[in-house]
Amino acid sequence: MARIVFTPNLQRHVDCPPSNAPAATVREALDHVFAGNPQLRSYVIDKQGRLRKHINVYINDRTVSDRIALSDTVGADDEIYVFQALTGG
Amino acid sequence: MSDILHVATRKGLVSFKRAGNEWRANAPAFIGQPVSAVLADARDGTLYAALRLGHFGVKLHRSDDAGASWSEIAAPAFPTVETPDDNAPAVDMIWTLVAGGADEPGVLWAGTTPGGLFKSSDCGATWSLNDSLWNLPERKDWAGGGYDLPGIHSVLVDPRDAKSLTVGVSTGGVWPSADGGGSWRLTGTGLRAEYMPPDLVFDLKMQDVHRLSACAAAPDIVWCQHHNGMFRSIDGGETYSEITGVKPSVFGFAVAAHPSDPNTAWFVPAIKDELRIPVDAELVVTQTSDGGKTFASQSDGLPAVSYDLVYRHGLAVDRTGSRLAMGSTTGNLWTSDDSGRRWTQIHGHLPPIAEVAFG
Repeated sequence: MARIVFTPNLQRHVDCPPSNAPAATVREALDHVFAGNPQLRSYVIDKQGRLRKHINVYINDRTVSDRIALSDTVGADDEIYVFQALTGG
Repeated sequence: MSDILHVATRKGLVSFKRAGNEWRANAPAFIGQPVSAVLADARDGTLYAALRLGHFGVKLHRSDDAGASWSEIAAPAFPTVETPDDNAPAVDMIWTLVAGGADEPGVLWAGTTPGGLFKSSDCGATWSLNDSLWNLPERKDWAGGGYDLPGIHSVLVDPRDAKSLTVGVSTGGVWPSADGGGSWRLTGTGLRAEYMPPDLVFDLKMQDVHRLSACAAAPDIVWCQHHNGMFRSIDGGETYSEITGVKPSVFGFAVAAHPSDPNTAWFVPAIKDELRIPVDAELVVTQTSDGGKTFASQSDGLPAVSYDLVYRHGLAVDRTGSRLAMGSTTGNLWTSDDSGRRWTQIHGHLPPIAEVAFG
């Protein structure tokens, strides 16, 4: 199962410990996490299902290419990192 | 007079309570997080705070215990489109939160960038987009004013009839509805945007209305701070008369109508486009008490040299009309207990202030 890790900066808003998900794509992995943690959804993706503008998702060491449908594939040994992109102070 | 003051800042919500002759700050809520709007609902005492988290989007929180504790509730959001792309709408910011009528418990309105008006009928538990305004063909001509995206900053609810609404758009004009938002008209004859191409100067939908404020006791009196100047309506916002020659400037963002005196309102002037600071770096509030014929410049207690800019929601008057609060993008906060004749600095080191609201 793919492992999903969220930025610690999200923790102050909503509990989001690392978790594992049976998933073939980033979308499936995130949906699996959101199913058990509905509040987390709106912090990572918007109402249209797109990654938020200032959120980055990496699969191991590469950034996802599809920020709208989140169709990038993931394997059982992959790690998905969800973290914030730089924005102003 | 109101003894509670809520201040929405770039880095948290700070609430003050009057104790004797002092305002004492409570521990801030949402520390470090941008608070774009705050509403103290006079109907039931509920507090609402809108957050614009840089990474994690727009959030809305409610407090049922005067700010002692907060719960996250649903935030306004556009309906999901079938095939999302980069152009599908998303709420960028809640610019204003407004309570519905006294006979509409739990009804709230949220004005947002990029120009969506949202309604809740259940104290913010759920929200729905006002489709009839969003689907107006004229909306495609709305443009950014203050922010990159067009936005709704003013929602006036007529205290005589809560179905009578008026929305102000920057930029996009003045839009009243007589049926609770079922249909909308474009009004504002008399508003003038001299910076537009000649044929568009009086085009109603091109007007950059910065802020609307109506007299609660005489809601047909509507004051308007416009990008181009100051205006007043005596017919509920159908038509406006321009107020000219006001020193030091007719430009600004904020306006506050006296709650019971239809001839009194306050503005906070600044230099127009080229320099967004007070004229001659001297912060003043301009007050009229004769319906806009003449203005008094109020500066007692305000700094002699200032770079403070007061945003659209940075000026508030309480229900008595005697107590005012003003907060700036420089993080200064002042109040007055005598209708602005004398101002007292309450805080000089707050983050940039988006809104001040009496509780």
